[in-house]
Amino acid sequence: MNTPLMPRLLLLAVGLLTLGNALADSGRAMPAVVPPAYTAECAACHTAYPPSLLPARSWQRIMTGLDKHYGTDASLDAAMVQQIGSWLQTHAGTYKRVAEEPPQDRITRSAWFVRKHDEVEPAVWKLPSVKSAANCAACHTGADKGQFDDDHLRMPAGMTLRQRWAWRD
Amino acid sequence: MKNLLSTLFAALVLSTGGTGAAHAGDTTPAQQLSHWSAQAGTPGNAARGQTFFNTKHGGEWSCASCHGTPPTAEGKHASTGKPIAPLAPAFNPKAFTDTAKVDKWFRRNCKDVLARECSAGEKADVLAYLNSLK
Repeated sequence: MNTPLMPRLLLLAVGLLTLGNALADSGRAMPAVVPPAYTAECAACHTAYPPSLLPARSWQRIMTGLDKHYGTDASLDAAMVQQIGSWLQTHAGTYKRVAEEPPQDRITRSAWFVRKHDEVEPAVWKLPSVKSAANCAACHTGADKGQFDDDHLRMPAGMTLRQRWAWRD
Repeated sequence: MKNLLSTLFAALVLSTGGTGAAHAGDTTPAQQLSHWSAQAGTPGNAARGQTFFNTKHGGEWSCASCHGTPPTAEGKHASTGKPIAPLAPAFNPKAFTDTAKVDKWFRRNCKDVLARECSAGEKADVLAYLNSLK
């Protein structure tokens, strides 16, 4: 019995692809399925924040106040609000450290966020290469995919020697 | 093997990438210019558009604050730092090719810069300026 080569190769490739995806997914904060609307409407202006970084009530307030969205009018039509909002509710953070609703529903004001970044000097956040704590990708290169582990870290441009030393600690 | 994987992955991304954008390609930068010029009743003026683009209009930002000046390279969101694809059509084949997107971003960004929606004449001027960048 001699199976043609191409289908066998294809099967092998599909198998490897599945395996690759499974491996890549481990440790990711982002749900496996991200609605294209989330990428197009939200991540056009800022990091595609993983829904698990805020509790459900915070996301609910954000989605009902899009006309006053951190200084900008990010209004969407009702269907889009419903679509993105329900995905955020489904995948909102439930584990202990995210249970608390941070001030102004800002991820960057969460106690766990502040603690995790307490060695970053205030001046580093203001570097032109960073601009804001909302710009996760300035240091976390996998931020849009929900990868925040130390393997996906880089130093932003313009850090002083002292800041670079603190980074290594 | 890695090559095979990346090729397959690229094919997958390409094959699924187009499905979300049902209206992409329903307009062109030239059509946008003539559309807004017609609405305004006067042709868009590149020099006026350039000034408009680089000027603050009473608020904190100009168009250039995020899109850069000239907007022929990748821009950067003025508050979040998120990269923004080049705005000038000659440097970004996707720019001004989707009517819904054009309308949405004119509405949002004009509110950010001018605290109101832009007039047809202002849009025509900006289009004339952007289309003139080569």
